[in-house]
Amino acid sequence: MSMETLQIFWFFTIGFFLVGYAILDGFDLGVGIMHLWVTKTDKERRLTMNSIGPLWDGNEVWLVVFGGALFAAFPEAYATVFSTFYLPLIFVLFALIFRAVSLEFRSKSQSKLWRKSWDVGFSMASMTATLIFGVAVGNILLGVPLQEGFIYRGGLLDLLSPYTLLVGVLAVATFAMHGSIYLHVKTEGELHERLKNWMWRTFGLFLVMYLLTTIVTLVHVPHATANFKDYPVLWGVVVLNILAIANIPRAIYQNRPGYAFISSCATIAALAVLFAAAIFPNLVYSPDTIHSLTLYNASSSKNTLGIMQIIAFIGAPLVLTYTVIIYWVFRGKVQLGENSY
Amino acid sequence: MELDVLLLSRIQFALTIMFHYIFPPLSIGLGVLLVMMEGMFLYTKEPIYEKMARFWTRVFAVNFAMGVASGIVMEFEFGTNWAAYSRYVGDVFGSALAAEGLFAFFLESGFLAILVFGWDRVSSKMHFFSTLMVSFGSIFSSVWIVIANSWQQTPAGYHIVEGPSGPRAEIIDFWAMVFNPSTVDRLSHTLIGAFILGAFFVMSISAFYILKERHLEFAKRSFKIALVLGTVSSLMALVSGHSNAGMVAEQQPAKLAAFEGHFKTEDEGTGLYIIGWPDTENEEVRYGVAIPKMLSLLVYNDPDKPVKALDQFPREDRPPVKIPFMMYHVMISLGMAFIGLTLLASFFLLRGTLFEQKWLMKTFVVAVIGPYIANQAGWISAEVGRQPWIVYGHLRTSDGLSEAVAASHVLTSIILFGLIYVMLFIVWVWVLNNKIQHGPDDVQPATTSGGAAHQGGFKDVATMLADPDRGHALVSLDEGSDAVEGEEDDVNKEDVQ
Repeated sequence: MSMETLQIFWFFTIGFFLVGYAILDGFDLGVGIMHLWVTKTDKERRLTMNSIGPLWDGNEVWLVVFGGALFAAFPEAYATVFSTFYLPLIFVLFALIFRAVSLEFRSKSQSKLWRKSWDVGFSMASMTATLIFGVAVGNILLGVPLQEGFIYRGGLLDLLSPYTLLVGVLAVATFAMHGSIYLHVKTEGELHERLKNWMWRTFGLFLVMYLLTTIVTLVHVPHATANFKDYPVLWGVVVLNILAIANIPRAIYQNRPGYAFISSCATIAALAVLFAAAIFPNLVYSPDTIHSLTLYNASSSKNTLGIMQIIAFIGAPLVLTYTVIIYWVFRGKVQLGENSY
Repeated sequence: MELDVLLLSRIQFALTIMFHYIFPPLSIGLGVLLVMMEGMFLYTKEPIYEKMARFWTRVFAVNFAMGVASGIVMEFEFGTNWAAYSRYVGDVFGSALAAEGLFAFFLESGFLAILVFGWDRVSSKMHFFSTLMVSFGSIFSSVWIVIANSWQQTPAGYHIVEGPSGPRAEIIDFWAMVFNPSTVDRLSHTLIGAFILGAFFVMSISAFYILKERHLEFAKRSFKIALVLGTVSSLMALVSGHSNAGMVAEQQPAKLAAFEGHFKTEDEGTGLYIIGWPDTENEEVRYGVAIPKMLSLLVYNDPDKPVKALDQFPREDRPPVKIPFMMYHVMISLGMAFIGLTLLASFFLLRGTLFEQKWLMKTFVVAVIGPYIANQAGWISAEVGRQPWIVYGHLRTSDGLSEAVAASHVLTSIILFGLIYVMLFIVWVWVLNNKIQHGPDDVQPATTSGGAAHQGGFKDVATMLADPDRGHALVSLDEGSDAVEGEEDDVNKEDVQ
């Protein structure tokens, strides 16, 4: 296989890990964001936490594997991206640690203050992580001014602009919607009914943010749409994206939450593909384009990409098998039992 | 300013990795014990083994969650703080890290869900399979991460070429990288260290119950299983430690010299310090007690062949001596103590009087601190002994830093991680203490997977009914779940008001 094919293969494989993470941990983070809004009683709060109880850990692994694969396949990008987004990434890690332990520790004591504190921590951590992920995506879309050796020497505040914050809020709205639909699928009774309203509200918020972000991107970030001229097939993704989005309210209205959930998964996947289409073949676009990190100048050697491809081909079927087994074992409505959080 | 970033980044790495490494060794060691206990349950069908597996699984789950939470930092920290290093080694190091994620993390995190939450959802055989997979996963994880680390210690299977932003290491032989000269020795020693910790952990809590005369049957069985693993592992640690020292002498002689505080090369066989205090200014070991010619004998099987000392290396390539020397000796002394303790306990076990030795039980309650210290000390000596190199002989630690990260950012991260780690540690100890105080639950026969196989079922019900305290467990197995339900009612009332 030629070097270029391997590089493109890894560009999409890493994208695949990121999409997997966004869809899977997306609903975990969404459940976290909605945790305080949709629940009224302690039991309901335990239900929302336990709806992701057996799953969030495996879902977070997609992010870890994304990190490892980026390190191995595009070490220059790994080094540049994470040292550029130093403090934001530290905050994300902090938030993810906090989320993990909130889940684990919240129900370990009967004290009201104890539980309330972890509830708030859980929700804030989920929201912070999502917001920062969105801001990072916004920065990658907008481009980061890199210098000789792919090094970023700007400040932290340069990474916060109205556009990047807008993408951040879009991320929060997307995951909030995704999480609400997931919770609706996994619960029953009063909480299940109440979530119906929340699905409509979060969908509305998502739609507004989506339209706003799309318009601003078209006007403000011209290089993001350059690939659409060369590859008209990408318009197909746009159509699929719109269909997936339109299908969400339709499925909610028809009372088919499982179908709505699949549509919101498809929406996230389509958004991710559009993101990939916007940056390709760059990994980090720099306005001074000779310093842009592309999938060609950031990659590992042909040898490593080849070895990694073998590892991926062995690993992927195994991972898919475990994922299917776990989701099958924990299918159905969430119940509180002796092993629950 | 330059120096500040280096020092702070090293402090940050030490803090995050040492905190993380509190948890994985216990996951590995306890995982093996869980497999043994559940395997015994499937084989004998005795409910006591299920009770053991369930209790230790709960302890395992809390520990595992801490490992996952603190481990995610490690995956990104190379990029945030050590960007130049990442550019240099990514082609080689990254593939081992990615393999760890793909082969180990998915396996363990997936099946952990069934291990912890799946008792009543899957058959007992499927549950055992999940336990096995989680245990394999945690071992695979250590395999890949130790491969990556060993490559930094003894690089192999690579060449240095001009990369996109400067020279970098590129892989030429994957298997030579995987089986680099130190992988096998270091991996076996790491795993054995983890087994010892798992065994001492279970023995500590079991000994506590035995002293308090609680859950006696449970505690004695747990102790015995752990003692078998602990004794075998402690003895194996000696063998693998010896092999490791020989490997280090050959591959990283400056490191061995630092371990031993060996400043000046002699003409005759080199002695082995049992204790001492290295004085780096005068380049001698003070208050040292040494066995003459012993180091030469151990390393070369030849008492008269001198071992290379630090004076054979240029000053700028010498590792610091104090920390490696002290940590290395702490590890070895503790290792000897583990052998003594486990052999003594095995002796009393064979005579049938083990659990009457109150003093020995008391010793075991606190002895768990030993393997925690030994595991950390071993890694500190290995990593500090590698200095001043981040990739041995190729890249200096000071050249591996991120090019554009400010000292204030690193300091912020240290403060943030420091805060959350202190809080986490306190909560972890507290939760663990609650679990230990609560003790194992009697297994409710009705919920036992594969019910028919459960021979002790009726007897259990009878005991529970006869004993009101234990009968309570039949009604509600969830720890403090009565109180929790009461709490829910309160909350509900509040909401109504």
